[in-house]
Amino acid sequence: MFLRNIRPVYRLAKCPYSAASIPKPNPEPVVQFNKLFINNQWQDAQSGKTFPTINPSTGEVICHVAEADKTDVDRAVKAARAAFRLGSPWRRMDASDRGLLLTRLADAIERDAGYLAELETLDNGKPYAISYCVDIPNVVKCLRYYAGWADKWEGKTIPIDGDYFCYTRHEPIGVCGQIIPWNFPLLMQAWKLGPALATGNTIVMKVAEQTPLTALYVANLIKEVGFPEGVVNILPGMGPSAGAAIAAHMDVDKLAFTGSTEVGHLIQQASGSSNLKKVTLELGGKSPNIILSDANMEEAVEQAHFALFFNQGQCCCAGSRTYVQADIYDEFVERSVERTKNRVTGDPFDLKTEHGPQIDDEQFKKILNYIDIGKKEGAKMLCGGKAASDKGYFIQPTVFGDVHDQMTIAREEIFGPVMQIMKFKTLEEVLERANDTKYGLAAAVFTKDIDKAHYLSSGLRAGTVWINCYDVFGAQAPFGGFKASGNGRELGEYGLDNYTEVKTVTIKVPQKNS
Amino acid sequence: RSACPRRTFQFFSPQIFIDNEWHDSVSGKVFPVYDPATGEQICEVQEADKADVDKAVQAARRAFALGSPWRRMDASERGRLLAKLADLVERDSVYLATMESLDCGKPFLTTLFVDLQGTIKTLRYFAGYADKIHGTTIPMDGEYLTFTRHEPIGVCGQIIPWNFPLMMAAWKLGPALAAGNAVVLKPAEQTPLTCLYLGALVREAGFPPGVVNILPGFGPTAGSAIASHMGIDKVAFTGSTEVGKLIQEAAGRSNLKRVTLELGGKNPNIIFADADMDLAVEQAHQGVFFNAGQCCTAGSRIFVEEPIYEEFVRRSVERAKRRVLGSPSDPTTEQGPQISQEQQARVLELIQSGISEGATLECGGKAHGLKGFYVEPTVFSNVTDDMRIAKEEIFGPVQQIMKFKTLEEVIERANDTDYGLAAAVFTNDINKAMAISTAVQAGTVWINCYNALSTQCPFGGYKMSGNGRELGECGLKEYSEVKTITMRLLAKNS
Repeated sequence: MFLRNIRPVYRLAKCPYSAASIPKPNPEPVVQFNKLFINNQWQDAQSGKTFPTINPSTGEVICHVAEADKTDVDRAVKAARAAFRLGSPWRRMDASDRGLLLTRLADAIERDAGYLAELETLDNGKPYAISYCVDIPNVVKCLRYYAGWADKWEGKTIPIDGDYFCYTRHEPIGVCGQIIPWNFPLLMQAWKLGPALATGNTIVMKVAEQTPLTALYVANLIKEVGFPEGVVNILPGMGPSAGAAIAAHMDVDKLAFTGSTEVGHLIQQASGSSNLKKVTLELGGKSPNIILSDANMEEAVEQAHFALFFNQGQCCCAGSRTYVQADIYDEFVERSVERTKNRVTGDPFDLKTEHGPQIDDEQFKKILNYIDIGKKEGAKMLCGGKAASDKGYFIQPTVFGDVHDQMTIAREEIFGPVMQIMKFKTLEEVLERANDTKYGLAAAVFTKDIDKAHYLSSGLRAGTVWINCYDVFGAQAPFGGFKASGNGRELGEYGLDNYTEVKTVTIKVPQKNS
Repeated sequence: RSACPRRTFQFFSPQIFIDNEWHDSVSGKVFPVYDPATGEQICEVQEADKADVDKAVQAARRAFALGSPWRRMDASERGRLLAKLADLVERDSVYLATMESLDCGKPFLTTLFVDLQGTIKTLRYFAGYADKIHGTTIPMDGEYLTFTRHEPIGVCGQIIPWNFPLMMAAWKLGPALAAGNAVVLKPAEQTPLTCLYLGALVREAGFPPGVVNILPGFGPTAGSAIASHMGIDKVAFTGSTEVGKLIQEAAGRSNLKRVTLELGGKNPNIIFADADMDLAVEQAHQGVFFNAGQCCTAGSRIFVEEPIYEEFVRRSVERAKRRVLGSPSDPTTEQGPQISQEQQARVLELIQSGISEGATLECGGKAHGLKGFYVEPTVFSNVTDDMRIAKEEIFGPVQQIMKFKTLEEVIERANDTDYGLAAAVFTNDINKAMAISTAVQAGTVWINCYNALSTQCPFGGYKMSGNGRELGECGLKEYSEVKTITMRLLAKNS
């Protein structure tokens, strides 16, 4: 059913998908769930308020969704706290059974993959072929990966000095707030649910107001497969109201946030001024993609294109500063522009489409504004630059050449289909320029030379460094930011650390022996 | 439940499983398999010998070759295949439990709820580990980048016993396949059937050909061929200490293959006066009688603190007299037959030695019934440490109860054995519990419980009860070779 060419992601961009192996999508999937999900029940917001969720391909309202506010957050936190109390079904459950529930959730999502992919494309605008072949399978893999960890997350016994027996318990932290973005709604939900539930926590999750629909459908699957009530609570709502309420809540033990660096600052401050809840952040990036002259030109061009334009440029790790070594610069730029001009923009439900709309009007305007600034500051716009349609939020894939490091488009995260290409001479120079940013999420190097690859990968201050590839992810490999791109790592075994409180237990013994 | 399909094996064929196909033996030989509840023959099975082992090893080698589908497979996909195998075992669990109960004489309900569940959970546990086998990157001295790969060892021979055939197969296949090895598995000649059915499920799950090969046959022929094979990289054996020694010698004589052994035990179960008496009596009873006494972990030396000794003996005898012997398909049966006529005879001989060496026979002591290989639940009191029944592994439903005075004394007596597989202590006092569990030389120590085993927990023996650990993360280590790779750097930075 699923294409085996899921991994690595870039192969999908390289070869046109076989339309025969992707089921024909229904462009008008029926929305089944649009309320708050608390204690395994569907509820209206206390205030009765709702908000519209928009189809970014057309600008039209899909439906209205209940809007959670502070009082709803309070109810959800109470439910999560009750589900977490000592002696509750969730606390008494074998770890292996927590894993089994996660496996069943993965199976249910796999079962409903076609529908979920349709709903994701409707709400987010990403091409259906990508929702179906990339987003959903990676959701399933992430949940299965963490299902496996549930009964393997071991504490230690420790040879402490003195007549004592000492061991650690890896306990769940408690009630975890999780605030997720709109760029990969289902995938971001899985990245949060997996480790938190494997380790035994309970959750209050606020989904992005732009893209609440698929997460709410998954909430129903969570109930279907048998998670006890209150373990997972999902609230659609706005950042400044529901999100802020979670960040400031005195009874939330931990908050995980993925979103902009700007809001990340607010979250960290809210933790400090409330109950010092533990905070992990996955924030923005301005990731450097460094192409050396000995790189395979064809691969480097295609990868650099994919690195920037994937998901309409809406990736925290987008390769948005492409540094090309001087002697191949001209050819690289020419080829990149040609590739970009060939990027197929259109209806995301059309299987030939590579490039869909931006997420909403706000982003749409912001990106066009950056393009204007780029032109004003003297970068050379080589293609694109305008809206691609008068309906919806489509922007033409855009390339700027001759970009200098001090230009706004070289320093600020655009989060749109705008590629910056810069020239460099030496390795030492490009390393310094690549690191000259407050961000540090990802980076990449294209070269055949083993020594150059090592030099740059050691020196780049970024949480993930790709060599001769880009946007390669695996549930097994940790991901996260240096510096203002965030703190903490998601995925891999490391992802479990953020959801664990370590308790050391020390017992006096009559006589210790080794 | 009383209706068992006794002669219907339409889903698979009792042949040799190599390269995902069913083969007759090269020699043409077959051997009979018996129902120990009646002594009657169930069917005949193709008998693997050295020539078949050679074929299987070649198939496994091909499956393990660099660039093969198995070697190129994502680790997570190996996990998926194991998860699929677990699902298939679950799907066919009633059928498998029926077949296992018929072949072993185990009570059907126990087989379904203990053996099958243990099998499924073990496969699922290791399915989850496949893509979590981490090497490390290492801050070595000098201008180097150093990291380790945890590679599969290669072709692993696995020889399993007849007391828990399906579950022992899962304990072996789980970690071996999660770690990426190819396997040549020899089930016991008494109980090949469920393992062969597992071969059909392995193929249905989608494992590439040659990754799992199953060879029914005898120890001195097929087993010995595996232990001595120059093309097998590791052998894992579960069985008697006597044969374990032969395996270790064979490995040394042949190609120094890696060896792990899970052998016998004469496990001490220590009951203090402050223990919960009801709990202790019942746990001690199950601890020795479970599976008709045919457990390597059987608590076959029960040390009871003097003040409660008489009461404990009285209650244990009363419990043993209530133990229900019967047909494995009867849902009220607690105890089925011993596995074979040889085992039954051996148990009866040891019982006789107990009587002649002066232990008090409190109940049982004889064979039971005219058909099958049943032995009555038997209890000996006033057992002293020098008696054969106190030193030798009986592997039958025979309970030895001894008396002790002090903590130091019982520790010394508990450890006075070449075995070291398991031990237990029953007490309410945290200090006694900590003292015993530290001092006793056993791979598993149970506190206020017995036979509490789970796939997450490492299991194995001290001393002559074996070496290496199965289950848990430890179980994976035995199936990996660590390769250290060191790459020159122009300039190292931390």
